[in-house]
Parts: sequence; structure tokens; C-alpha cells
Amino acid sequence: MDAQTMQFLLLAVLGGAVRVGTPFLFVSLGECITEKSGRINLGLEGVLVLSAMAAFLIANFFHSPWLGVLGGALVGGLFAAIHGAICSVRRVNDIAMGIACMMLGIGAAFYMGKPLIQLNAISLTTLSLGAWSSSEQVRSALEINVLFPIGIGLTLLMSWGFKHTKWGMIVRMVGDSSDAARAQGVSVNQVRFLSTMLGGAIAGIGGASLSLYYPGGWNEGLSSGQGLIAVALVIFAKWKPWYCLLAAMVFGGAGSLGPALQSAGINGYYYLFNAVPYFLTLVILVMTCEPERALRGAPSELGKTQ
Amino acid sequence: MSNKNISFLEGFVLPFVALIGSLLVFGLFVFVSGQSPFEAWKLLFLGAFGDAFSIQNTLQRAAPLMLTALCVAIPANAGLTVIGGEGSLLVGALACSAVPYFWSVPLNTQGTCILMMASCIGGACWMSLVGVMRQYRGVNETISSLLLAYLAVNVFKHLVEGPMRDPGSLNKPSTFALSPELLIGGIAGYDVHWGLVWGLVFCLLASLWLKFTSHGFATKVVGGNPRAASFVGLPTNALIVTACALGGAAAGLAGGFEIAAIHTASNASVIAGLGYTGILVSFAARHKPLLIVPVAIVLGGFGSAGSLLQRRLGLPDASIQVLMGFAFIFILAAESARGRIQWSRIWRFKLDLNVLGAR
Repeated sequence: MDAQTMQFLLLAVLGGAVRVGTPFLFVSLGECITEKSGRINLGLEGVLVLSAMAAFLIANFFHSPWLGVLGGALVGGLFAAIHGAICSVRRVNDIAMGIACMMLGIGAAFYMGKPLIQLNAISLTTLSLGAWSSSEQVRSALEINVLFPIGIGLTLLMSWGFKHTKWGMIVRMVGDSSDAARAQGVSVNQVRFLSTMLGGAIAGIGGASLSLYYPGGWNEGLSSGQGLIAVALVIFAKWKPWYCLLAAMVFGGAGSLGPALQSAGINGYYYLFNAVPYFLTLVILVMTCEPERALRGAPSELGKTQ
Repeated sequence: MSNKNISFLEGFVLPFVALIGSLLVFGLFVFVSGQSPFEAWKLLFLGAFGDAFSIQNTLQRAAPLMLTALCVAIPANAGLTVIGGEGSLLVGALACSAVPYFWSVPLNTQGTCILMMASCIGGACWMSLVGVMRQYRGVNETISSLLLAYLAVNVFKHLVEGPMRDPGSLNKPSTFALSPELLIGGIAGYDVHWGLVWGLVFCLLASLWLKFTSHGFATKVVGGNPRAASFVGLPTNALIVTACALGGAAAGLAGGFEIAAIHTASNASVIAGLGYTGILVSFAARHKPLLIVPVAIVLGGFGSAGSLLQRRLGLPDASIQVLMGFAFIFILAAESARGRIQWSRIWRFKLDLNVLGAR
């Protein structure tokens, strides 16, 4: 591999970190809110696929990508509300319910999305931050998804909100000790329901980014486990929004390695490079998790069935 | 009625009510997309159990579901939510088609047994990783098993389309097909292959193991209360890793049967989501190996009816996935009602209504 190919790959991976990482960012931020309140929603994979389909449908119907993003968030929030509502019932296991929501979300998206496959892609605007450069590759690496800065804004907002607002503190209190929250007169189930719904809405923006920006369009292979990787990312990010951003970029980069190598003319390992994000997630989980004690920063109500 | 009888009855009534509920919601879904729900319900039944052909199709689909459901149920009895059976199934399928690449197996039943053993071992090794990562590093087993499943899909595709590809398979990349002598035929001339019998046998064995052996009992103790288990000195780590390995072996065997009895070679058709349907089967059967058998037959029936729905009503092939998603949600929700319904009160309410009616 010569220096030029290396440079090409590096730029492609850096550009891909933003392009591929944006959906990861939204889903992991959404899961972060849900988990902070003490519940795990594995159904975000279903939310991601369903909202990608819905965003694409709505954007095509109204010829407006922004309405598509809004619709994706709305559908994501409503679908996650199913999880939030049923898990409020005593003795329902949130992990099992997440698996059920994942199945239903993916099934419903494939069912309703069947006629959408032929439709033309409609795309969100691209921010071209690389106009100053004469290099074609630098410019294409700096073509940025317009949702990405919104994601950074959201990261900032969440990070500040958890620490400094009443709502943020209530969510964290519910996640750390439901008894303390009850003693304060806070309705634990209500807070968790709203957090799950809000988390779903944020993840829904990630879905819109999949169908309205990259890869764009609707097909049944749009997401294969990105929602799930994002759930694992939150563990790795120690439930901190800024770390979610960092983790999403790392995984976006890893995810764009395969296509980048292919366009550099290195063939034959396409699927193995596709597998890199999954493998990387496993390695990171093995490294960051510790047996016999709770993780630092983990909401202590996580994983308890009421 | 005694409490034991009530809980036994609830075990049948609640999943049944949940199934009816999900069929109703599915009907609504079908209605919204402009088709008659009554027609859909009728076709669901006909496609599953309507004639000899569909019953054979149903049983054929139920066979791997029993095995992939065991992959969820056995670890669940040890307290783990393992949902990546699809990964073990694919590794088992690969192992089955890979053995003839390396060794010349005898071309008879003995050879078939070797292939099936290879599938079991492949699936068991893959899934025991989940147990090891959980016990020694504290990695959440639900997430790690699913990540391993996605990893397996990519490794599977890489090997099938790359190093293990039969150059003769043009349109659909496949491995070399197994010799006809190694294939597994139908039972007594029917389409249903021997995998069904093995599925039944393993469900029965798993049930006996959990109920009557001390190893099975210890596994359930670990699943019920890990702290108590370590107080009484049970080897928690070994028990949990073994439970994962046994589950993985079952799913791997399902993959082996898919190759030796149906597809003859590893290719993309093997990736059909059997591992994921197995999750639903196991949860609906409350992780009880014997209950897996009837549930797998019902869900196999849904799968078999799927193509009929597609042909007659033009419903998308994902309609069965939607139905299964609803069924899963309803079954979990119904589970929370267990032990909380005051049957005697409902009974009395009915009597009151009768009295009112008499007036």
C-alpha cells in the first residue's frame, strides 16, 4: 500500500466517521437518556429501522426532507412509547420487551416499506466545509451531514441538562434510586416512560439520517444492528453524552473502513471489514466491563425488573 | 382449585389469550393496509394446518425452531438472556459444510453423524464465548450474543463468497454441496426430515436434565439466585458456560440439519432468521423445554402460512414478522398478569351476570 492510498483511506475514514457515525450518535444519545432513567431499551434497533422508513415516506410525500426528519422523530418517539408503557407494568422485563420491540419495529418497517423501495431518494442538505481545499478528497471528506452539528448541539444540551436542570436531575435520581425518587414524590414510571419516549424520538432522528442522508433511500438492509451497537456504545461511553459523541465517531470510522477499502480497489475482504464494528464493540466491552461489580457511572437501577 | 392447578391453567390460558390478542391486532394491521382480516386469518390457518402438504411444511419449519429455542431456553434456565442463536446456527451450518473440505468422511450414516457432531461443536464453541465473556469480564450476555450473531453473519458471507466458494455456483454463491450419501432424507417418505425427531428428543432430554439431574438442578439454582448458588459452593462459572455451550450446540445442530436436510450447501438462504424466531418460541414457552414443542409447531405454522398470505392477498413477506412481533409483545405483557388474576372473582362476576340475565 503506497502513501497515496494510505492518505486516501485516512481521509475516507475520517469523512466516514461523521457520515456513518451520525446515526450512531443519535441512537446512543437516545439510549443514554433512557438508560439514565433506569431502563434499557434494546428496541432502539427497531425504532431506527421504523423511523428510517417513516422519514423516507414522509419526506417523499411532502417533498421536504426536514418534515421527514420531524416525522422520523415523531414515529420513533411513539414506537418507543410502546416499550415505555408496557415496561411500566410490574414484572415486565425491559430487555425481553426490547427484543420484542426490535422484532416488531423491523417487521413493521419492512411491511410498510415494501412499496417505497423503488422511490427516488430525497436527501438532506450537505454542508460543504471543504471548499477552501483544492484536493478533491479533502472536499469529499468534509461534506458533512447537516444533522451532525445538530447532534453536537444535542450532546451539549444533554450534558448540561443532566447536571444543571431540574428535569435532568429528576431523570438521574429515578435511574439511581427509585426509592429516593418516590420519597421525593416523583412518579418513577412516568419519568421512565417519558425518558424512553424522548430517547426513541432522538433515535428516530438517527433513522432519518440513514434514509435521508447516508446510505440514503429505503431498503431492507439499511440498518444491520447499528441500533444495537449504539446500545453497547452507551456502556462504553459510561453514560456520558460527550463520550457518546466520541464513541459514535470511532464506530463511524470503523464502519466506513470496508467501503473505503473497496473504493481504493482492495477487494475480497468486504464482509470482514463490515464485521469490524461488531468485533470492535465486543473487544471494547471485554476491556471496559468488569466482573463482580457495577460499572462506574452506571445508573444503579439498570437491569432491575420491578 | 388449588394454587398449583391455577398456575398450571394460567400457563395455558395466558399465552393463548396473548396469541388471540396478537391475531386481532394483526387483523387490524391487515385491514389498514386494505385487505380483509378474515381472509388473512383463514389463510393463516389453512397455510399452517390446512392440508397434508401444509402440515408437512409446518413440521419442517418447526424442527429447527425447537433447536434454536433451546438455545434461548437452556441459558435462560441458568439466568441468562441469550438471543444470538442465529450466530451459532450459522457457525453450525458452516462447520457442517466445511468438514468435507478437510477430511474425507465415510459416505454413509456414520459420515452424517460426524457432520452433525461438527455442527454441534461449532455452535457450542461460538456460544460458550458469551458465557465466558459474561462470567470472567462481566459483559452483558444479551448484547454480546447479538453482536456475535452479526459477526457470524459477516464471517459466513465472507467464507461462502470467498475461500469456501464452489466456483460452479454462479448466481448464488455457495459452498460445495454435500455428497448425496451424506444428506438426511425425509421420515418414511414424507417431506419432514429427521431433524424434527431430534428436535423432539433434545427438548425431552433438556426437560429431563433440568428436572431430574443434579447438574440440571444446580443450573436452575444458579439461574434463580447466583449468590445463594455460590454460598452453597456451586461452580457458577462452569455451570453458566456449560449452559451456553449446550444451547449453542442445539442451535448449531439446527444449522447442520438446515444444510444436510434442506439446502445441501451453505449459502445466503441459510440466513433466514430461524435463530430470532427461536427467541420468541422460547419466551412463549416460558423457557420450559417441553412447552417449546407445541409453540414451535404453532410458529412453524405461521412461517408456513406466510407464503400463502403473500400469494393470495399480496401481503408483503414481512407480514409474519409483524405478527410475531405483536405476539411477542402480548406474551410478555400477559406474563405480568400471572398470579395476579383473581379467577374466583371473575367466576363470581360471571355468576352475577347470569343472575342479572335471569331477572
